[in-house]
Amino acid sequence: MWRFIASRVLQAIPVLFIVITLTFFLVRFAPGGPFSTEKAVVPEVKRALEAQYQLDQPLLAQFGSYLTDLVHGDFGPSFKYPGRTVNELIAAGFPATAELGLYALLVAVVLGMAAGIVAALNPNSWRDYVPMSAAMIGICMPTFLLGPLLVLIFGLWLEWLPVSGWGEVSGDKILPSITLGAAYAAYIARLTRSGMLEVLSQDYIRTARAKGLPEYVVVFKHALRGGVIPVVAFLGPAFAGLLSGSFVVETIFQVPGLGRFFVQAAFNRDYTLILGSTVFFAVLIVVFNLLSDVLAAWLNPRLRAGLGVK
Amino acid sequence: MALLEVSHLSVSFHTRNGIARAVDDISFSLEQGQTLGIVGESGSGKSVCCYSLLGLIPRPPGRIDSGTAMFAGRDLLHCSEAELRRVRGDKIAMIFQDPMTSLNPFLRIGEQLIEPLVYHRGQSRDAARKQAIALLEEVGIRNPSQTIDCYPHEFSGGMRQRVMIAMALIAEPQLLIADEPTTALDVTVQRQILELINELRRKRNLAVIFISHDLGVVAGIADQVLVMKDGRMIEQGPVHSLFDNPADAYTRKLLAAIPRGAKSAADRSTNQDLLAVNDLTTRFNIIDHGKSSELIAVNSVSFRLRRGEVLGLVGESGSGKSTLGRSILNLIRPSSGSVCFDGEELVGRDNQQMKPLRRRMQMIFQDPYASLNPRMTIYDTLAEPMLLHGIASKTDVDQQVLKLMDDVGLARAYIRKYPHEFSGGQRQRIAIGRAIATRPEFVVADEPVSALDVTIQKQILELLLTLVERHNLSMLFISHDLAVVRHLCDRIMVMRAGQLLETAATELLWAAPAHEYTRTLLSSSQTELPEAR
Amino acid sequence: MNATRIEDYEQGTSLWRDAWIRLRKNRLAVIGGMTLIVVTLLCLLAPFVSPYGYEQQDLVLGAAGPSARHWLGTDVFGRDLLTRILYGGRISLMVGLIATGVALIIGVTWGAIAGYAGGRVDAVMMRFVDIVYALPFMIFVVLLMVVFGRNLLLLFLVIGAVEWLTMARIVRGQVQGLKQLEFIEAAVSLGLSGWTIIRRHLIPNAIGPVIVYTTLTIPSVMLLEAFISFLGLGIQPPQSSWGSLIAEGVETMEEFPWLLIFPGMALSLTLFALNFLGDGLRDALDVRTSRD
Repeated sequence: MWRFIASRVLQAIPVLFIVITLTFFLVRFAPGGPFSTEKAVVPEVKRALEAQYQLDQPLLAQFGSYLTDLVHGDFGPSFKYPGRTVNELIAAGFPATAELGLYALLVAVVLGMAAGIVAALNPNSWRDYVPMSAAMIGICMPTFLLGPLLVLIFGLWLEWLPVSGWGEVSGDKILPSITLGAAYAAYIARLTRSGMLEVLSQDYIRTARAKGLPEYVVVFKHALRGGVIPVVAFLGPAFAGLLSGSFVVETIFQVPGLGRFFVQAAFNRDYTLILGSTVFFAVLIVVFNLLSDVLAAWLNPRLRAGLGVK
Repeated sequence: MALLEVSHLSVSFHTRNGIARAVDDISFSLEQGQTLGIVGESGSGKSVCCYSLLGLIPRPPGRIDSGTAMFAGRDLLHCSEAELRRVRGDKIAMIFQDPMTSLNPFLRIGEQLIEPLVYHRGQSRDAARKQAIALLEEVGIRNPSQTIDCYPHEFSGGMRQRVMIAMALIAEPQLLIADEPTTALDVTVQRQILELINELRRKRNLAVIFISHDLGVVAGIADQVLVMKDGRMIEQGPVHSLFDNPADAYTRKLLAAIPRGAKSAADRSTNQDLLAVNDLTTRFNIIDHGKSSELIAVNSVSFRLRRGEVLGLVGESGSGKSTLGRSILNLIRPSSGSVCFDGEELVGRDNQQMKPLRRRMQMIFQDPYASLNPRMTIYDTLAEPMLLHGIASKTDVDQQVLKLMDDVGLARAYIRKYPHEFSGGQRQRIAIGRAIATRPEFVVADEPVSALDVTIQKQILELLLTLVERHNLSMLFISHDLAVVRHLCDRIMVMRAGQLLETAATELLWAAPAHEYTRTLLSSSQTELPEAR
Repeated sequence: MNATRIEDYEQGTSLWRDAWIRLRKNRLAVIGGMTLIVVTLLCLLAPFVSPYGYEQQDLVLGAAGPSARHWLGTDVFGRDLLTRILYGGRISLMVGLIATGVALIIGVTWGAIAGYAGGRVDAVMMRFVDIVYALPFMIFVVLLMVVFGRNLLLLFLVIGAVEWLTMARIVRGQVQGLKQLEFIEAAVSLGLSGWTIIRRHLIPNAIGPVIVYTTLTIPSVMLLEAFISFLGLGIQPPQSSWGSLIAEGVETMEEFPWLLIFPGMALSLTLFALNFLGDGLRDALDVRTSRD
């Protein structure tokens, strides 16, 4: 098991390096520097600013010193928020994003798996059609449409729930979490359904039934383990999707999280903040992919044995 | 009173394409300690019949139309699901065909073994576990107190079937239903499992329903036999009278289809070598989770095949017999050695250099479902090799294809149909047609009948014999089935673990096998018809 | 019957026709397909369907709800919403088709080569796909659009470059699976050339999943474009796509909810249609189910 994890971590390093390199040079080659929007900056001031942020040095040297800082966990200063470091900005935005992501993941997994299991146990009945139609709506209703619609219906028309903010009024976390989680609940429902149907048609389920086991034992003890493996493997990509979804959701609901910072940084050409948050996101995504891969492999005894644990 | 009394059982499947009668008015009864064999070809309804007793057919689309099944004072067909569940695994247990897929790969075997005791008897897990270990010992699992914590994939096929049997018997049922329990196993293992079932039956006074397509196997184990075809009962009776004196024409046909005895056709071997194989070795690199290891599938094999000869190659699964066949044809590149075909060396040739020889040597594959391109009509499949090798020209290819279809016994009307519109036997005829379309001198046939029902198997074997004679073919016939090989081949080679153990003329091998392993193989595969008991 | 001409014999049912028959029986897929045709035609023929110009403003009217003159209402500049949705649909559909085309070409070539070559070539090529797969792509898409400006061509390329990975995996899996089937081995043993085997035996059998996945890629590409446009990084005004129309609608949804709802419906409806058609095709073309 440890060897498997180690090899996956080793594989993650080139990924991170590519991400950092690509982002760094993309951002540097972008037309229009961070200070070009402020009109009529005195050349001396501009040069002083550039020196302060080391923009006057050769590109490779800049890259080198950025990498060195990064290894020490230092994302550097922000261009647009003078006096604040990227570390501080990430630290300020991350809690809200993490909380939102966690709730959304919870919504996705709980709703999605429940719907998928119910559908798979009653194929081609209304208990199948209703959740699966809902899942289809979830897939065809993108986050940036679902969010405003929910705001319109539950916030503005029915006035049941607050329309924006995060942790300011009670209940203001409900709509963003549902909005972000809905699409993934839909994907997970479909995955769970097809995974469970596949497993339920296996010979060993027939064996379990022939043993006279109660239906809940057949479903939850014998079938679910195999049926959730595709779902677990999907959690990694789902997490990456949730992060990019948070750009939109945090903007719509004015959640003070990293996603909103990132979108603003992109518009402001705040080099170091873009770089910093991209690297931060990439690390998160790589870690989550790793976790979901390891978990999926661990759920399968055959693979687990191959991974070197008994 | 009988333990199980089934009368007038009918089951149908209701699908969008109509209603299919899977079981039609079947009646039988079974006493304590007796074995009933249910025999039939695929689609005869023999499995559905038994599954419906336990409520194990999917409903819908399955539906029990009529009948009763009295077991210990209750009618299984009219029980509630909860009542049936108490019977299943406790009073009536089942074992299935494929031990590879019938055990849950995600649970340790111990956990799966104790479930009937825990859920039916409410026993504690510790007590159940002790009982499970004892039972594993009894069914012949070595070191059971440790292996009980293994996962199914850590066992071989035969061992898994032993675990399945232990699992079925742990709650001491009165009736065991065994659905083709030995079909997926090698002959030597098959014999051991049959003996195990028989021994346990005697010890526990079990009643057994033994479902099989193989009359030979049933003859060896059953007291009563029920023959089914297309959902209906053909005949039923004590095993001796049924085998000695079959009343129905279909039963006679089934019995006649069992390959028995020596080759009837003449030995056409000449003194001239067509194929000389020397020191042929084929290795595979296996990469498993980053670790690479080497498998020697064919290990320094040498033999000769004479023009006109039908040479048998026998071995169990994993013996390397298929790899040898493909290595000879250069479909798998051999690692070293030499294959000399009519004076020409094949090893080391690339596809381009092989092409002129391809016409002269062809292959027939095992699985008629996988060996035909599903998107080509029979015409396309058969015309392709003819046009490629100039056997036929654009102008006369139609006639040649039609003639070829006559040759392999396919009705001309089928010429523009697709493979999925045919049965297994017909597909194998198409595949044979493709192989002889180039008018080859040498054909490798890799288990060409093992996927087919026994009556179809006989037809295809007869077709092969006819074609060998008519077209003066030489053939390497690969099979795991000794009776089939004996029926067809002039000489036989026995292969195990990549090596040839012995080669002998067929009847000589039967009379005096030189190798211990050959003796085991032969004794395991004797078809035990009643007169031999 | 003993005809001499092949054409005189009864024609069998090919798997393609089988699939077509099954697809036609699938009501949702048929409705999806028809919807798609109607939507596409309406968008293509927008200048003939709608009496209004794309930028034609009616400032006096301003934003007004649905009426007999403007079926879906008008936006804050008094522009006819239906017209804008139809023109926006052209962009959305075009992005969907072209970017999927890019993904198709790269993915199929890459996957087919990896699958057919096998061995080390395959390992290296698929490892590359694995690594690219692990990149946080949405972030890159946003970055690229920021850095290089809102360029439609770039948008096609970027989205296509994201989506080809899955296609490559699918095609490679198909080719690898097929390569092990005995009819490919039979084709080799007949002495057919590599190219003939690919053309006659591999492609016709591998193409089903490609068609299905292509159909399912279009909606995910359209979603991606809408997402980027929603963030204000994709299509630039005065041009619009469904994504940017939704973004505009969100800003004024409290006063003029139809400006959000109708473009949203247009996008969702099309995505529904594509997904239903894709699911239907998947069920219809599944070779395994037609085997028995």
